[in-house]
Order: sequence, then C-alpha cells, then structure tokens
Amino acid sequence: MKTQNQKAWFFVLPVLLLVAFNALIPMMTVVNYSVQETFGNNIFFWEGVRWFEELLNSDRFHAALGRQFLFTGIILAIEIPLGIAIALAMPRSGPWVPVCLVLMALPMLIPWNVVGAMWNIFALPDIGLLGYFMNTTLGIDYDMTQNPFAAWATIITMDVWHWTSLVVLLSYAGLVSIPDAYYQAAKIDGASSWSVFRYIQLPKMKQVLTIAILLRFMDSFNIYTEVFVMTGGGPGNSTTFLSIDLVKIALGQFDLGPAAAMSLIYFAITLLVSWLFYTLMTKDDAK
Amino acid sequence: MAKITLSDLKHSYYPNPKGPADYALKEIDLEWSDGGAYALLGPSGCGKSTLLNIISGLLTPSNGKILFDDKDVTQLPPNQRNIAQVFQFPVIYDTMTVYDNLAFPLRNRGVDEATVNTRVMAIAEMLEVTDMMGKKAAGLSPDNKQKISMGRGLVRDDVNVVMFDEPLTVIDPHLKWKLRSKLKELHQKVRATMIYVTHDQTEALTFADQVVVMQEGEIVQIGTPVELFERPAHTFVGHFIGSPGMNVLPCEVRDGGAFFGDNLITLEGAIEQGAGTAEIGVRPEFVTLGDTGLPAVVHKVSDVGRHAVVEAKVGDISVKAVLEGEAPAQGAATHLSFDATKTRLYRDGWIATRTAS
Repeated sequence: MKTQNQKAWFFVLPVLLLVAFNALIPMMTVVNYSVQETFGNNIFFWEGVRWFEELLNSDRFHAALGRQFLFTGIILAIEIPLGIAIALAMPRSGPWVPVCLVLMALPMLIPWNVVGAMWNIFALPDIGLLGYFMNTTLGIDYDMTQNPFAAWATIITMDVWHWTSLVVLLSYAGLVSIPDAYYQAAKIDGASSWSVFRYIQLPKMKQVLTIAILLRFMDSFNIYTEVFVMTGGGPGNSTTFLSIDLVKIALGQFDLGPAAAMSLIYFAITLLVSWLFYTLMTKDDAK
Repeated sequence: MAKITLSDLKHSYYPNPKGPADYALKEIDLEWSDGGAYALLGPSGCGKSTLLNIISGLLTPSNGKILFDDKDVTQLPPNQRNIAQVFQFPVIYDTMTVYDNLAFPLRNRGVDEATVNTRVMAIAEMLEVTDMMGKKAAGLSPDNKQKISMGRGLVRDDVNVVMFDEPLTVIDPHLKWKLRSKLKELHQKVRATMIYVTHDQTEALTFADQVVVMQEGEIVQIGTPVELFERPAHTFVGHFIGSPGMNVLPCEVRDGGAFFGDNLITLEGAIEQGAGTAEIGVRPEFVTLGDTGLPAVVHKVSDVGRHAVVEAKVGDISVKAVLEGEAPAQGAATHLSFDATKTRLYRDGWIATRTAS
C-alpha cells in the first residue's frame, strides 16, 4: 500500500509564498481599491461596481483601448513578417552567424527608457539626426510633438527597431533546428522555394512563432516607458495608450478607485487575447 | 528507369585535397543495370552516404562523371535527375495530409489532378496506407511515416533510381522485417533501379541482388550475397559479413604452401606470386572439430540457439567454429580441420589464391 506523506507540501511552500507576495497580495490590493472610493488618510467608502460601469461606458477608455489595439495590430503586422524574413536571410553557418546574432541582440540590451530618450533626441526637428534630415533635407514637415501621424510613425519605427530582433532570434532558432534531409527531400520532390517555406520552414517555426507572437502581443499591448519618454501620450491624446492613460488616472488625478478598476480590466483583456492567440495557434497540435 | 554508370568518381570535402587521406571517396568505377536492386554496405564513415548524395545530385563530385543511360548528369541538380531518395529519418510534410504528401512531387511537376489521383491511390494500395489518406501526416507512427516518404519516391513513374539511406534506422525491430519485405515486394512490382545504403548486413543481403561493400572510400567487393559470403575478396568483407566474421589467421608462405605454425594448410588453389603480409581466411562455418587436424583447446562455447559458436585456441591464436548439434565442453582438447575449398590466402588483405576450377 502507498503511504501518504504530506511533507511534500512543505516543498511547495516557498513558491507559494513568493507568488503570494509578488502577485496575489498586490493583485488583491488592487481589487480592494477598485470597489471603493478614497480621499486619502486611509478612509474608504464602498462603491461596488460603480468604477467598472463608469469606465466601460467612458469614451476616454474606448479611445485609449482603440489606440492600443491599433498600435499592437500594426506592431504585430510589421514585426512578425519582418522578423521571419530577416531570420530566413541570415546565414545558417559560418563566421557571420555570431556577428549577426550579436547585432540582432543589441537593441534588446538597451534599457527601455534609454531607448525612449534616444529616439526622442533622434527625432528632434532642429538638432535630431532624423528630425533635421526629414525637415531640412527632405523638406517634410516632421515634428512628433505637433503632428499625431509623425508621433505614431516614430513610436512604431522605434518599436520595430527595438523588438523585431526578438522575432528574428526565435524564428532563427526554429529554422536552424530543421534537419538538412528536409531541404534535400524538398529539392528531390521538386518543391519551389515558396513550397519549402510554406510546408517545411513555417510548420517547423510554428511553435517558436507562437511564443514570439504572444510575447510581442503582451509587450506591445502593455507598452509604457518608451512612449512616456518620447511623447508623454501626446500630441493631444493621440498616443495615449492604455498604460499611459492608466498612469494619468492613478498618479495624475489620484483617482485610485477608477485606476484600480481599469487595471483589472486591462489585465483581463491582455489575458483573454493571449489565451485566444494561444488556443488558436495550438489547436492543430492537440489532434 | 535507367542504367547508372559511375566513372572515375572521386570526392573530397576539402577544397584542395592533398593525399588520398583527404578523399571521402577514392576512385569509384561502377555500372548498375536498369531495374536492379543494389545495396551499398559498409561501416559508418566509409563514404557510402557521400556516394549516394553524389548520385542524387545533392553533392557534386570533385572528379569523375555520373551517367544515367549514357547521359552525363554530373552537373544536374537533384530535381532534374528524376531520382527519389528516402532518408534515414522519415521526411514528411507535417501540415499536409497523407494524400497530399504523396501527391506533392507530382503536383510540383504540374501533373494534372486526375493522373495524380490514380498514381497516389495505386501507390497507397501498394504501401497499404489507403485507410489513412485523409489523416494529417504529423500524427503517424515512425514506420508509417517512412512508408509515406518511400511512397513519395515511388509515386512518380519517371524515376531513374530510388535511393534509400539507411531507411530502417528509426523503425522498431519487429517492424523492420515487415518493411524490408515490403520494399523487396515493391521492387518486384515497380522494377525501378533501387540503391539501398546500410551498415546492417542483414538488410543489405536480404534486399539486394548485388551488394557493394565499401571501406574507407573504396569499393572492396561487388557481388551477390552468396559470393560475398562464400568467397570474400578481402579480409574486411570476410570480417564485416557473417556472424561471427571470418577467421583471419597469421601464416607464413614457403615452398609454395601456407603454413600456420608448423602445419601446412590446404588452400582452395594455387597461391599467386606477390609480397605482403600473408593471412589465411576461413569462415567459422567451414571449420570442423574432430580427431585429426590442428591440435586446439576449446576456450569458449556460446550457444546461439540454432547452432553453437566454439572458440578454440591454437597456441595463442583463437579460431572460431560454428557447430550444429552437440558442442564440446570448455577446456577439452580437440583438433581443427578446415574445408580446403573454402580456405584462402590473403595478402595485405586482398585474396591471393586462385580457385582450383
């Protein structure tokens, strides 16, 4: 007969404590705030689901959410195909492999606020390299502090520069794991290079691409630092994404209740979309 | 389907090969007739896969020519050679169904769907995979995957040659036998030239009409399984084929006879003139124990079921014998005698006796 030994639970305890302190307890604090109103001094008034109702009906939230989805959509639509294309173009062996890998990894090593500051200066119309070039040499009126389109274009370019490498490195890892026999068999079967991509490379990259898409989705959906440093959400509200708006509500207006409600909804959306992506992309594997 | 000729073929993986040691293949001259079943047999690293890749066009040889039906194809890429290759690990297109996998080589060549359908169904019938045509190929067992990759090779009716690169490596032992006989059966049906690369002598001997034994980039012997067994042209062949391998005994040649110690050994025929280290080769199957012959002591007896392998010592040298029936006890004194018609002299590894006939 098997003897039951309950001591095993003690081994789980440290992890439980860790998760409790870095996730559960902070999260429950937010839940606590989201159903109350406070004016400071630790005095709270019960408000129920009022903040949730107000938020879900507010135009400001809808606009920020819309901007967020548009931004993330554009980011995924550019970075995923571009990342795959670069990975396909990289050498599979030889002395250039480490050079390429290091070059690819460089942007990701730079702290996010530094990236923001770099691009901020880069885009300055009078002294920034990009800004000066656009305005003076090309004669295009480019100023991301005035023009929403310029602001969006700059932020998107910045994110593509900063994070496409992640997709490249993951896709590359998937590509190099394909045995040579597959390419040889495809050659013998008379497959075109499109067929090789469609039926060999893409299926073999699928798992790493799932991870790449998930990471890029979550990361771009939660983008804050770079945008805060570059535009601060402006001009106007044109680049006020969810996280920027959240900080404005929480720290600018000090509306802790509505901010907490927004955090929870924000979190729920991120979780839901991630789950959708994951389920859709892995549904064939379950068979 | 075609006759395959390899002429003066050499290959080195180095750009500027210096000595013969730099060559993965040294001087290959071969002719394979249309519709034959051939095996390339040799230990790992002997150059058999290199040779296969040269025939399929995945590698261009450093020197020499490959002819398909007297047409030089040395510089042609694989897709223009009309060949098919089955790899060690089954290559299948994961996202396609079994049907689409089999249809893939035909569709790539622009064959119309009606013909594709008849060909694919015919091949599926032969491979006995008709019941899984609609399934995703990714979910198949390794042996079925390997069947599908064989099928992709056989589905085209214009293939010159189908090549197998150790195709049974990842297959379970009990399925190996089934797949091997399937292959033999397929060969009889489609009559395509087939080349089978392996390091497993059983696979080579059961599949092929003719076996090419390779060692260190060289062909040591070409022959039918029976020829390789009965009269190895090189001690390597004697050793590599057969279980246990041929006995190779040191000897001395004097007065036109071969002496093992002080005993004159009767050989199959006259010894050819020449120099080099001389050895006597005789298969354990042709060694008998009895009251006359070389005095020996039984050192070890292993019963392998059908027969017993007896290892006897003549002085310090051990000689193996395969015996049917009762085996002597360990430590017993006995006498060994060799079947003279199956006993040969080898010089520097190569056979150096002429047959009596």
